[in-house]
Amino acid sequence: MLNIKNLQAKVEEKTILNGLNLEVKPGEVHAIMGPNGAGKSTLGHVLAGRDGYEVTGGEVDFEGRDLLDMEAEERAQSGLFLAFQYPVEIPGVSNMEFLKASVDAIRASRGQDAMTSMDFIKLARERCKAVDLPQDFLKRGVNEGFSGGEKKRNELLQMMLLEPKLCILDETDSGLDIDALQVVADGVNALRNPERSFIVVTHYQRLLDYIVPDYVHVLSKGRIIKSGGRELALELEKHGYGWIDEEVA
Amino acid sequence: MSEQFDQYLKSEYAAGWVTDVESLTIPPGLNEDVIRLISAKKHEPEWMLEWRLKAYRGWLEMQEPKWAHVKYPKPDFQALSYYSSPKSMEDRPQSLDEVDPELLRTYEKLGIPVHEQEVLAGVAVDMVFDSVSVGTTFRQKLKDAGVIFCSISEAVHEYPELVKKYLGSVVPQKDNFYAALNSAVFSDGSFVYIPKGVRCPMELSTYFRINEAKTGQFERTLIIADEGSQVSYLEGCTAPMRDENQLHAAVVELVALDDADIKYSTVQNWYPGDENGKGGIYNFVTKRGLAMNRSKISWTQVETGSAVTWKYPSCILKGDDSIGEFYSVALTSNYQQADTGTKMIHLGKNTRSTIIAKGISAKNSENSYRGLVKMNPGAEGARNYTQCDSLLIGDQCGAHTFPYIESKNPTAVVEHEATTSKVSDDQMFLCQQRGIDPEKAVSMIVNGFCKDVFKELPMEFAVEAGKLLEVSLEGAVG
Repeated sequence: MLNIKNLQAKVEEKTILNGLNLEVKPGEVHAIMGPNGAGKSTLGHVLAGRDGYEVTGGEVDFEGRDLLDMEAEERAQSGLFLAFQYPVEIPGVSNMEFLKASVDAIRASRGQDAMTSMDFIKLARERCKAVDLPQDFLKRGVNEGFSGGEKKRNELLQMMLLEPKLCILDETDSGLDIDALQVVADGVNALRNPERSFIVVTHYQRLLDYIVPDYVHVLSKGRIIKSGGRELALELEKHGYGWIDEEVA
Repeated sequence: MSEQFDQYLKSEYAAGWVTDVESLTIPPGLNEDVIRLISAKKHEPEWMLEWRLKAYRGWLEMQEPKWAHVKYPKPDFQALSYYSSPKSMEDRPQSLDEVDPELLRTYEKLGIPVHEQEVLAGVAVDMVFDSVSVGTTFRQKLKDAGVIFCSISEAVHEYPELVKKYLGSVVPQKDNFYAALNSAVFSDGSFVYIPKGVRCPMELSTYFRINEAKTGQFERTLIIADEGSQVSYLEGCTAPMRDENQLHAAVVELVALDDADIKYSTVQNWYPGDENGKGGIYNFVTKRGLAMNRSKISWTQVETGSAVTWKYPSCILKGDDSIGEFYSVALTSNYQQADTGTKMIHLGKNTRSTIIAKGISAKNSENSYRGLVKMNPGAEGARNYTQCDSLLIGDQCGAHTFPYIESKNPTAVVEHEATTSKVSDDQMFLCQQRGIDPEKAVSMIVNGFCKDVFKELPMEFAVEAGKLLEVSLEGAVG
C-alpha cells in the first residue's frame, strides 16, 4: 500500500522530516505518536502534497506509483485522504456543492461519469445520518460556523463519500469532547476493512482507546525512533515521551 | 502563492474576434460639424440636434474627473471616430430578415438568441453593433402587450414625446464630463416603455458589441416604467482584442413611476486588455434611476471586463417608500482597474436601500468600491444597509473601499459592513486534497464569495456569470 523510505523534508528552510521509514500494508492501522514539533503533522502534509513542504530526499511508493511525483489532487484521486486537524472554512460554497465537486473529480479520475444530482443527494443524506449530522448541514457553507465536533464529523463524512484506500487522520481528537470523539471513532471503525489502511497521527493515547491500532510508532526529531504494538502507546502514556528519548539514547 | 495562482489565471478572452464587415466610419475628430453629421446620419429632428449641441458646448467647458482610483493616459478625443456603422445598415433594413447575415452571426457566435423561434426565446434582444442597432427581436409580441422596445434612434422618430420628456431627466446633459460627451455624440442603445399596470411578458435585453477599431461607442439607454408596471432588463457587452484602448462612454437612465418595478442586470465583459495591460476598453459609464412613490429600482452588475471601469449605478429615491438596490460583483485581473460602486440618494420618507458589493482582485489589478449613501432632510425613517466585501487572490493586487455617508435626517439609519479576505493556501489545499484541481477550486471559492449577488441575477444570466468568472480567473490562482 504505502512504503516510505528515508523521507526527508523541509518547511521554510527548516528540516522537519529526517530519514523517516514506514511501511503500511492493506487493512493495517498505524498510529504515529510523538511530542509537539516531532514532525507528525508535517508527515501528513508531505504525503498529501501540500505546497511549501519541500521534499529533499527519500522515496514514497503508493500502490506501485511514485507518490512524490504526483500533484496534490492526483494523490487524492488515487485514494489518499487526509483528515485535517483544523478544517478550513469556504464561505458561500455549500457543503453539498463541495462534496459533489469532490466526488465527481475522484470519479472522473477513475473514468466514471459524474453522479446525477438526485443520486448524489440521496447518498449524501444517507451518509449524513451515519455520522449523526442533520440534513440541513449539506446546505450550509463548507465548515462555515461549524463547531469543532461538526468540522471533524464533516471530515468523516467526506471520507465516507470518497472511499479512500489510505486515510491519514491528523490529530483528529484535538478539540473534541468524549461524545464527539466516540462518534468520529465509530465512523472510522466502520470504515475499517481488509483493503483500507489508516495512519492515525495523535499526541495522546486517548484516541487509541477508540481506534485501536495494529502498530504504534514514536516520531521524534523527524524520524521514527521506536515501533511496537498497541502496548507501546500505553507505555508512553505512563512514562511520557522523555522515556523514549532516554531509552533510545 | 502568487506564482502558483498566476499559473492558473492565464485568461483567454473568448469574445476577442473581429467580424469582417464593411463599415462606414466617419473620420476621427470631434467638433460641431461631427455632431451635425451624426445627427444627420440618424435623420434626427432639429430638437434632437439642438439637445446634442447644447451638451457639446457644456462638455467643452468641463474637466475630466480625477478623483477615481484609476490611472490611465488622458484619451485624445480628437483621435477617436464617433460614428461607425456596417455599410449594410445604411439602407435601414426593415426587419431582421433583411439584416446582413454576417452581423446576425456575430451575435449567434456570442451565444445571443437572434431568432425568435429559438428555445431560449424568453428573452427579447436589441443588438447594437458599433454605433447602430442592427435589430430587435419580439417587437410585435411586445407591442401586443403595449410594451415599446426599440433602439433609441427609432424612438426619437416614433415616440418623440416620450423621449423629449424623459431623455436627460435623470442624468442631465451636463451631469458630468462623460455624460456630457455621451449626450453630444450618443449613437445607439435601447428604449423601453412599459405602460401603466403592465408586467412586461418577457425579459428584455440589449447586447452591445464594439467591432471597428479606433472608434468609441456611446450607448444611450432610456427605460420608463409607468405606474404599477414591471420590467426586467439585461445588458451584455463584448469587444475584439485590440492593442489600442477604446472608449465606451454610456448613459443609462431609468424612470420608475409610482408603484413600478425595474430590475436592471448587466454582465460587462468588454475586452480587458492583455496580460501586460496593453489594450482594452475604457468604460466610463453613468447609470442612474429615479424612483417615485413605492417604486423599486434594482441594479445588479457583474463586471469582469474593461481595462478601466468607472461606473456607479445609482438610485434617486425621490418617492416615499421607494426602494433602491445595488448588487455588484467586480472582478479585476492582470492590469485591470475598476472604480465602481453606487449612490443611494434618499429624498423621500421611509425610503430603503441595500448595497451588496463584492470585489475580487487578482494579479496586478486594482479594485475599488466607491459608494455614497445620502440621507436628505426629508428622508424621515429612511434606512440603508451596505455590505462591501473584498477578496484578494495573490499578493500583487489591491482592494480599496471608499464609503461616503451623509446623513441630514436624525431618524435615518445607515449601516455599513466591510470585510477583506484572501483565497488562502488552506482553502486551496483542502480542495486539492479532496481531488479538486486548483482552477476549479479557485472558481468555486470565488463563486461562493459572489453567491449573494448571483442569486439576484435572472437564471440564465447567473449561469453565464459564473462561467464568465471562471474564464476570467483562468490562470489567476496564487
